[in-house]
Amino acid sequence: MTRKLILKDYDQEKRLFQRRLIVAAIVIILLVGLLVFRLIYLQICQHELYSTMSKKNRLEFLPIEPNRGLIYDRNGILLAEDQPVFSLDIIPDKVQNLKKTIADLQKIVNISQNNLDQFYQAFRQHRTFSSIPLKLNLSDEEVARFYVNQYQFPGVIINARMLRYYPLGETMAGVLGYVGRIDNYDLINLDSTNYSASNFIGKNGIEKYYEQQLHGQVGYQQVEIDASGRIVRTLNRTPPIPGDNLYLTVDSRLQSAAKKALSHERGAVVAIEPRSGEVLALVSNPGFDPNLFVQGIDAKQYKKLLTSSAKPMYNRAISGQYPFASIIKPFLALEGLDSDIITPQYTIYDPGWFKLPNTNHIYLDWNWKSGGHGNVNVTKAIIVSSDPFFYNLAVMLGINRIDDILNRFGFGRLTGIDMLDEASGLIPSPKWKMRVFGNSWYTGDTIISGIGQGFMLTTPLQLAQATGTLANRGLRFKPHLLLKLQTSDGQISDQEPVAEDPVMLSRNEAWHVVIKAMQGVVTSEQPWGTARIRFGIHPKYTIAAKTGTGQVYSSRSRDENETDVTNMPKRLRNHSLFIGFAPVRHPQIAVAVIVEHSPIAGTVAREVLDYYFGLHKHEKV
Amino acid sequence: MKRFNFIIREPYQNSFLQSFLSRIWLYLHIDMPLLIGLLLLVIVGLFVLYSASGMNLILISQQLIRISIAFGIMIVFSQIPPRKYKAWAPWIFTISLMLLLIVLIIGAISKGAQRWLSFGLISFQPSEIMKLTMPIMLAWYLSDKCFPPTLYTIIKCGVMLIIPVLITAVQPDLGTALIIAFSGISVIFLAGVGWRLICGVNALGALSLPIIWHFMHSYQRARVLTFLNPERDPLGSGYHIIQSKIAIGSGGLLGKGWLNGTQSRLHFLPEHATDFIFGVCGEELGLIGCVVLLAIFLYIVGRGLYISSQAQETFTRLLAGSLILTFFISFFINIGMVTGILPVVGLPLPLISYGGSSIVTLMAGFGIIMSIHTHRKLLSS
Repeated sequence: MTRKLILKDYDQEKRLFQRRLIVAAIVIILLVGLLVFRLIYLQICQHELYSTMSKKNRLEFLPIEPNRGLIYDRNGILLAEDQPVFSLDIIPDKVQNLKKTIADLQKIVNISQNNLDQFYQAFRQHRTFSSIPLKLNLSDEEVARFYVNQYQFPGVIINARMLRYYPLGETMAGVLGYVGRIDNYDLINLDSTNYSASNFIGKNGIEKYYEQQLHGQVGYQQVEIDASGRIVRTLNRTPPIPGDNLYLTVDSRLQSAAKKALSHERGAVVAIEPRSGEVLALVSNPGFDPNLFVQGIDAKQYKKLLTSSAKPMYNRAISGQYPFASIIKPFLALEGLDSDIITPQYTIYDPGWFKLPNTNHIYLDWNWKSGGHGNVNVTKAIIVSSDPFFYNLAVMLGINRIDDILNRFGFGRLTGIDMLDEASGLIPSPKWKMRVFGNSWYTGDTIISGIGQGFMLTTPLQLAQATGTLANRGLRFKPHLLLKLQTSDGQISDQEPVAEDPVMLSRNEAWHVVIKAMQGVVTSEQPWGTARIRFGIHPKYTIAAKTGTGQVYSSRSRDENETDVTNMPKRLRNHSLFIGFAPVRHPQIAVAVIVEHSPIAGTVAREVLDYYFGLHKHEKV
Repeated sequence: MKRFNFIIREPYQNSFLQSFLSRIWLYLHIDMPLLIGLLLLVIVGLFVLYSASGMNLILISQQLIRISIAFGIMIVFSQIPPRKYKAWAPWIFTISLMLLLIVLIIGAISKGAQRWLSFGLISFQPSEIMKLTMPIMLAWYLSDKCFPPTLYTIIKCGVMLIIPVLITAVQPDLGTALIIAFSGISVIFLAGVGWRLICGVNALGALSLPIIWHFMHSYQRARVLTFLNPERDPLGSGYHIIQSKIAIGSGGLLGKGWLNGTQSRLHFLPEHATDFIFGVCGEELGLIGCVVLLAIFLYIVGRGLYISSQAQETFTRLLAGSLILTFFISFFINIGMVTGILPVVGLPLPLISYGGSSIVTLMAGFGIIMSIHTHRKLLSS
């Protein structure tokens, strides 16, 4: 040891060490210099860039859902409103394990399979940092239970949301439709920006037709958020513009009355104000509860609604297509009188059947009186609904004239009402028959057209519009459901009546003859009007009407008034139809009723009209 | 610094108070300039941490307790004269190597990463102890060897160095392994190993890079590529570096102001209270704040280098030099990592990052440095 120590040169050793220290010091200064240069580069040279990135980092634009417009009836009764509810929302970005989180949530909140399906549907279409409702409409207890356990669920929040509610339920379902969660089909035509905060969209009826007006304009808030998605503070806010409030032409009380009159029968009632085309009532029975669809109907329930033989989801008032039956007769009479093919005095003998000259085929009057009505002119033919008269008239008119008058009244094409899924009905022509069936038009086809059977189809809405046209003596208006729009700042824009090409007749007295006859349908005792029994006790208003019986089963049920068909299966019984307007001189309401497999159309119409006039008399007092 | 020197050399020529104070510090074995630097750094660090932790006073008080313990340990270590360290060197090195091996074996048995050893209430990381024992060991070993050391001596040092480094690296704690390696290498460097050897080793290292690259796993290559271009993997490991660059860059010259950093407050900057705390400093205090912080670090390093240059023995000067260079390199690596000029290795910013075990070894190291300086024989008297 000592030997080695003697050999060591302490001075040289110290000098070597200090040289090394100097080298180290120089390196240190160089490295610190490097750091300083790096900092200058980052903080001075690239400051702008990183400053922007930093701002982008902490600021986020969050869309705010606009409140959906409310829907009122013509008297200001609320038909569709938004109710605040608590929803359980998940922000997928902030959840570590989505499956586990949902499984854990199920322990404290009841979550149905349907909720899950809808959540995953929304999950696929929303951006993952937006909050997606897992369950809408939490109960107070569930809210409390979640808040107690909230610490276990980062990325799961309770949100206040607005949920659509239809106070009148089934009564207005056919008109309003409903809103539902946005699905893949909706996404195709959707303005994704405007709907970035929205979960609901109109699926049907008014809710769908006026979706654009009802939805409103999305708002934005610029928020400072932390990495776990919590909003630290809101910097500025562009409020959403709420959707417009809609006032419908529908009188919900009349609607309820019509619905009540139909009771459990399948059918439709459409009531229109003739002078404007405003739809006062549009009922399809049975209906469905639109509130089921808002929260998301479960598949089983939905399937039940879809497969039910009563077809509650099917809007008979606009989509239901029925044979005209005897309802066609006033229109044919108008054409016959106008074109001078018949005169008001033109009379034929009605033996209860009709036969073309030189043929053997007999067309029965399968409706009314077995012995025939004897001599009938056009007035009596309408009052008693004589089939042979109109078989004969149809042959004299020919199919082209028949089609012409029906087309002029708007049959066979869409009325253009502000609803979707409207059916056009059908006015057959020889050309159409050739195209569809590949054979030519026979006189027989024309003959049965005379009593509204055969290929021709119409909808309750078309019938109501045409009845309004009769009431107006030719003036036609497009039926519409929107009365006025009220924007969020209170501005009101009224929906003006839209006039359509009027039905112009060269002989104005034709109107008079036909309407007089239609009045007789209700009032005439000699001969007995077909609706006389329904309106037996004279109503407090004048009315012009026409009944019809739609043939369902060809067993030629002979009596439309007789209810002794109870031993027949219901699905084979005839449909009953009714059109009418009142009062005759200054019409306020035109109504069309179709009741499937039941003869009560006239009764329903009577109840609707009584209610309408009772209501309005009441209002004047 | 000069004045203090003067006092030590001629303690009786100054006023009574001055001499009294200097005697007190000498008696307590505390180096005042170094202590002032450390306290300054710790205070600045606590302010930054207060902001980085989201004004969490509990966290701050925990850090304060930890710092107090660390300063206590520093004082304890400064009382021990350097000759004791020299005498214990082989023993403490052997013991800490054994502890490292125990950790390795326990880790192998439990089939998980294992860094901690726990004896009842006390748990510690043997790799942290190795950060101190490695330079002590090598300084002891080289102190009675010929200067400059021969190749044979250096190879022996290399073996002593490589074993604990490898054990630590497989724990896996790459950051600490790196520091242990550097603490040993700095001793060898200061011992005056020939430049030719240094250049040779570096050249060899540079040449072996493509070969290492060739033998690397694809995920390891991916990690290197991410370092070279963080945008390559913006949500994985690149995320840290992108966010810290945004934090520092958005700070600008003057910063967003204390407690106003959005990157950290909003948790965009990950690990903003621990490894990436410099990002908070850069964001809130700006370039000025960063430079001031670097200046404090540099002052401490400068004082440490001065102490080692004044050391009277080979062992003490090698040890002091190595400890202070290791301190420098750990803050350089951390800041280099946060500013994106070095790859991300998990190393805290000394004395500022929240966290316990490294601060204790660090202050123990400063205790040894103080001991070296205050146990000198006063030649002039």
